[in-house]
Amino acid sequence: MKPHWSQGVYRLFRQQGIRQVSFVPDAGHTALIGLCEADRELHAVRLTTEEEGIALAVGAWLGGDKSVLLMQSSGVGNCINMASMLSACRVPLAMIVTMRGDWAEFNPWQVPMGQAANSVLEEMGVLVTRADREEDILPLAEGALRIAYNTLRPAALLIGQRLLGAKTFDN
Amino acid sequence: MAAKAVKGKSKALDRREVVRMLLASRGELLVIAGLGAPAWDATDAGDNPLNFPLWGGMGGAAAIGLGLALAQPDRRVLVLTGDGELLMGMGSLATIGVQRPRNLAVVVLDNERYGETGMQVSHTAFGVDFAAVAKACKFVSATRVTTIEQVSQLRADLHDAEGPFLAQVKVAPDKLPLVLPPRDGAHLKDRFREALLGKDAYFQR
Repeated sequence: MKPHWSQGVYRLFRQQGIRQVSFVPDAGHTALIGLCEADRELHAVRLTTEEEGIALAVGAWLGGDKSVLLMQSSGVGNCINMASMLSACRVPLAMIVTMRGDWAEFNPWQVPMGQAANSVLEEMGVLVTRADREEDILPLAEGALRIAYNTLRPAALLIGQRLLGAKTFDN
Repeated sequence: MAAKAVKGKSKALDRREVVRMLLASRGELLVIAGLGAPAWDATDAGDNPLNFPLWGGMGGAAAIGLGLALAQPDRRVLVLTGDGELLMGMGSLATIGVQRPRNLAVVVLDNERYGETGMQVSHTAFGVDFAAVAKACKFVSATRVTTIEQVSQLRADLHDAEGPFLAQVKVAPDKLPLVLPPRDGAHLKDRFREALLGKDAYFQR
């Protein structure tokens, strides 16, 4: 059986010198969060809301640490104003966003923010790429981390819901 | 029926005097100053490359302090912010309480007002108590500061008390002359990083 994508992405974090990983949990990120939390050399920071992760990243970078923010697409909306700091201060940050509100969504309340996530990020100056096939996640995550920290700007990778599997509401 | 604002009884502290005392002989202290009056207060006490005064990102000051404290565990970090700013990021106190950085202090200059927008009263005027919130969020300690003697103790604590701790400093709701830091965020970030990290700030890979 081939390993879950999260293992390659976790190794990428280590190779790229990521020191702080912050997150509001999402089903699609469960395995990656678990790997980061098990690593005593990473600061795995659970947030109460995603915009804290933007602010945390600014502080981390002031102190010389690279960070990554993990969230679900609904969290993108929570980040909008705080994301102003990234471009106003030219602070790099890589984000990995698991999608809700697209392929086969069950919950109508997830659709508006999910559908807007890509354009909202772009409006705030974030470079956005999207993976809809599992084999694309690692190279696109590497690209997002490298362009963020090489060019001092925010970059996000969206991971499509078809790849992750839509949440079912069965008992 | 809406609650009535609680009238302060004691003579409130002068925020500029408080911040000048807190930042006196600051040594290697790293300072995040929340947007509005705390940023002007920190600048009034002396513009310094190891200040990161915010011109936006309302609600983010404490979380910025957390990221910095985790990145620099051997340096003391002070988040100097206002009541309105911290109300917007109150969840970050829970995030800090879980991480428990020993080198982080949060000082709230509480004038019970939104000073930059016309001095409208904030939640703390109705008795909302940050010190109690911080304690409930697992901070090591949290105090309410109302006297100059307590400010003097707080200044010492910034350099050697175990964090994370919070001090809610009750200050007078005075409208004071603006003392503005530089506005370019990229400059503020670069000068901070250079002062902290040296030339590596520009060559970090």
